[in-house]
Amino acid sequence: MKLLDGHGGFLERTIEGMHAGLERAVAAEHSAAGGGLLQRLDARVKVVGLLSLILAAALATRLWVIAAVFALAVVLAVLSRVPLRVLAARAWIGALAFTGAIAVPALFLTPGVALYRLPGLHWTVTAQGLTTASYLLLRVITAATLALLLEFTTPWVQVLKALRVFRIPVVFVAILGMASRYILLLLETAHEMFESRKSRSVGALEGAERRRMAVGSAGVLLSRTFQLSGDVYLAMQARGFRGEVHLLDDFAMKRLDWLALAGFAALAAAAVWAGR
Amino acid sequence: MMLFETTHLTYRYDRLTAVEDLSISIREGSRVALVGANGSGKSTLLRILDGLYFGQEGAVRFRGEELTEERFADDAFAFSFRRQVGLVFQNADVQLFNPTVFDEVAFGPLQLRWPKSEVRERVHEALERFGIAHLKDRVPHRLSGGEQKRVALASVLVLDPAVLLLDEPTAALDPRSQSQMIDLLVEWGGGAKSVITATHNLADLEDIADRCLVLDGGRVVAEGAPAEILRDRELLERTNLVHAHRHRHRSGEAHSHPHIHSGDVERGD
Repeated sequence: MKLLDGHGGFLERTIEGMHAGLERAVAAEHSAAGGGLLQRLDARVKVVGLLSLILAAALATRLWVIAAVFALAVVLAVLSRVPLRVLAARAWIGALAFTGAIAVPALFLTPGVALYRLPGLHWTVTAQGLTTASYLLLRVITAATLALLLEFTTPWVQVLKALRVFRIPVVFVAILGMASRYILLLLETAHEMFESRKSRSVGALEGAERRRMAVGSAGVLLSRTFQLSGDVYLAMQARGFRGEVHLLDDFAMKRLDWLALAGFAALAAAAVWAGR
Repeated sequence: MMLFETTHLTYRYDRLTAVEDLSISIREGSRVALVGANGSGKSTLLRILDGLYFGQEGAVRFRGEELTEERFADDAFAFSFRRQVGLVFQNADVQLFNPTVFDEVAFGPLQLRWPKSEVRERVHEALERFGIAHLKDRVPHRLSGGEQKRVALASVLVLDPAVLLLDEPTAALDPRSQSQMIDLLVEWGGGAKSVITATHNLADLEDIADRCLVLDGGRVVAEGAPAEILRDRELLERTNLVHAHRHRHRSGEAHSHPHIHSGDVERGD
């Protein structure tokens, strides 16, 4: 989004962030409707296959095995036309930032063979600490990439329906469905509120004013979106929704789906076996 | 047999009473307008008639059968009722929660377990009829206001309900879209269906209704044919449906006269 005044102030940054959030949601919907490899597969195969790879990465105790699962996820992303820059922006950078904050202390706190001493601080990076941090980072990045692949290659309603096939309770699936719409409504409402606020503001806001506005807006937003999401549920009920998801396209396993399922199972089993 | 009948119906939101001791009857095949200013209780009443809200006191009957939460717990009754009665919400955005326009229109028939071949056929027909076939792969909540309203209407009328409940169908629409919306509603069912419309837009009253119930503070304060209601200036002013509009002509002379709201943007009762 191009900002008119380029101030980069609180309001502008908030609006830009919300706009980016909405754009990401739309981009995921478009990508899920695309014609890549994973998009052609049955949603159940993707849920089972990607989840089994995540489990394999979590169970593996050899770094090269987790790295191989990560490489497989990247290959699947390329074959499914999911841009790598999207994976980098949404999975890798975020995982590095958040998990990095947990992994970095492990570099110094884990006892072991000293590899490097930080000049000035006298903190020592140990080989065991480096291994522990690498495991944590690689596992999180691999799991985030595989989860994002599911989001970018499967329409949300099909994911919900696939969950029901696996006997996940109706209430849980209905709550997930409502939550996704609620998040979008929250973003849209917040976007409108902040744009309206910006249209009535001149110049940069002081720190105290920004905090007051953030607190006030959060309360109003929560109340408005709560009412809106309640109305969405009523609108669903009014058209016959009883908690069960019914779709036009029934799941039907084709040859490609069986092949993919066998492939996922073989790869996950191999990863678990090799990573013992 | 009456289509809808309420007896001493009261509905409260915490301490606010939206509908109070309401007793009304609506006949089969009639076109009724629930007319009232913001907060008069008309949107709440529509939701009660659609079995979404249940009054704390009194009763509401649909074709002689009382609408209660217990009754709607029965799948057979709920499906039968939803098949017969459709509600178009005032804020189209809340009604659009599917990934594409096609899925949105197909949502109702699929929930009511129609055969899939029939769903596809009926959805295509509805998209053509409402002039939104070119939008079928678009994300519904990203459309313009007029397009959203059409999708919302198509998503209900695809079920071909015998009873249509409409909450401010022309709110927030530009004049051309308002006119198209009224034409669609007038054409729908060739006048054989029952249509109950909540509105404060008096300009469309004679097109969409044969009978008006004027609501104020959750009660019916007047009832009659649209022409009869529109002639009663004192009633319209008392219920905030018109106000003295002061303006200046080119001659420079200022004067005031009653002013009818047309196509105002309103959010909820």
